[in-house]
Amino acid sequence: MKQHDIQLDSEGKLRHFLTIEGLKKQMLLDILDYAENFSSVGNRQVKKVPLLRGKTIANLFFEPSTRTRTTFELAAKRLSADVLNININTSATTKGESLLDMLHNLEAMQVDMFVVRHNSSGAAHFIAQHVAPHVSVINAGDGSHAHPTQAMLDMFTIRRHKQDFTKLTVAIVGDIMHSRVARSQIHALNTLGVPEVRVIGPQTIIPNEAAHLGVHVYHDMQQGLQNVDVVIMLRLQRERMEGALLPSEHEYFHMFGLTEKKLKLAKPDAIVMHPGPINRGVEIESTVADGPQSVILEQVTHGISVRMAAMSMALGRSSLAEVQD
Amino acid sequence: MTERPQNEGLDTPALLDKLSGDLGNLLQNRNIENPLMIGIHSGGAWVANELHQSLDIKQPLGTLNITFYRDDFTRIGMHPQVEPSNLPFNVDDQHIVLVDDVLHTGRTIRAALNEIFDYGRPASVILAVLVERDCRELPISADVAATRIELKPTQHIKLNRDEKNNNVLTLSIEEGK
Repeated sequence: MKQHDIQLDSEGKLRHFLTIEGLKKQMLLDILDYAENFSSVGNRQVKKVPLLRGKTIANLFFEPSTRTRTTFELAAKRLSADVLNININTSATTKGESLLDMLHNLEAMQVDMFVVRHNSSGAAHFIAQHVAPHVSVINAGDGSHAHPTQAMLDMFTIRRHKQDFTKLTVAIVGDIMHSRVARSQIHALNTLGVPEVRVIGPQTIIPNEAAHLGVHVYHDMQQGLQNVDVVIMLRLQRERMEGALLPSEHEYFHMFGLTEKKLKLAKPDAIVMHPGPINRGVEIESTVADGPQSVILEQVTHGISVRMAAMSMALGRSSLAEVQD
Repeated sequence: MTERPQNEGLDTPALLDKLSGDLGNLLQNRNIENPLMIGIHSGGAWVANELHQSLDIKQPLGTLNITFYRDDFTRIGMHPQVEPSNLPFNVDDQHIVLVDDVLHTGRTIRAALNEIFDYGRPASVILAVLVERDCRELPISADVAATRIELKPTQHIKLNRDEKNNNVLTLSIEEGK
């Protein structure tokens, strides 16, 4: 089976959410539309709907995360699901239990969904290939491969501010090489019909194959930011870097850090995004991160709605499709 | 089935007038002067919109989309939907008129009541429907219904809105599986 087919059930509905790659535009729009509906739940007195009552969702985080794990947990709880947070550092895998043994044990506890973050690219796919037919898997970030819910919450935030994707120029700035977020964003922006996607960064951290993804590569921030509608800043991922790819944080900030002065090159109503956690003074100036064009905290709020949408789409499929899978 | 059912007694404008009159009387009998009106998306919201105007209700009209409260979600999955619920008021201690086009199994009303109670604790809820048909599956009945009819289990009654003709509402009976 092709890699992207595993995400869909026999009726073409979303069963696993592992990557944006291969998903049709309508599927991405459905996720955004469902998320739009769920966004009102957070403003109510009782921030909860009974949609996934009785379902059990296990958060398997093999890599540290605060924002993603807590927003997945909140999303599940707002859908009335029961949530297990498995802390891998203290779990039996440190006693030598294999990943698959742990999965099968959790399946034996009637878990309906795994939300997986792992430092190896392909981990979520691997798990999706081995789970029981009724179980769904959501990729919460695997190595430098994909982070589909982050990309969709970014698309949601862009749509809230800019409406029409087909008129936009979007710049992604920074460590493209190590960024699963950037990869998923590029696939989503392309699928949704954004005519111009730019990646901006030093040669050492922009992968050679970037141009094949249908993006324009800039090594000069002044040029790259001209007239863009959306600026997405990425975190410098020192934990994934081997060797000396960058001179110093100070020099990086000088060349590629987003300052108020550089932001003036973008359109006056451009929005500034960042998946977090932000390194103030490394990739973004504090006054920009906290400034009027920043939508960084909105992204966090929207993350809950988008994760509610993905979870309920994956767990709300007909039981007939499960049997045929 | 080839036989077409008759839409006799389904003069929709007349039924809307009757519903408005009966509901107005009920509110008066119960001394409810300033009710909140909530229509269930989509047919109930259309009916509620008419009642909201004809009864000159002061508070804005609320709408409920009960998708997240359906009891068949894990069997039939997500429905494409256009509008989320919108209750532009506080329901606590308020008298509510819940409006739907057709009362059938009662499951929609069950879901709507659950959703309303997630917004707060109303003083009372009155159920007003254009048509109350048979085949109830839950202990729910309408306080006001413009008409009560019996249909075959295979038949469905549907409210249509003609967007090209002043949003005129018409009821029709359709054969289902």
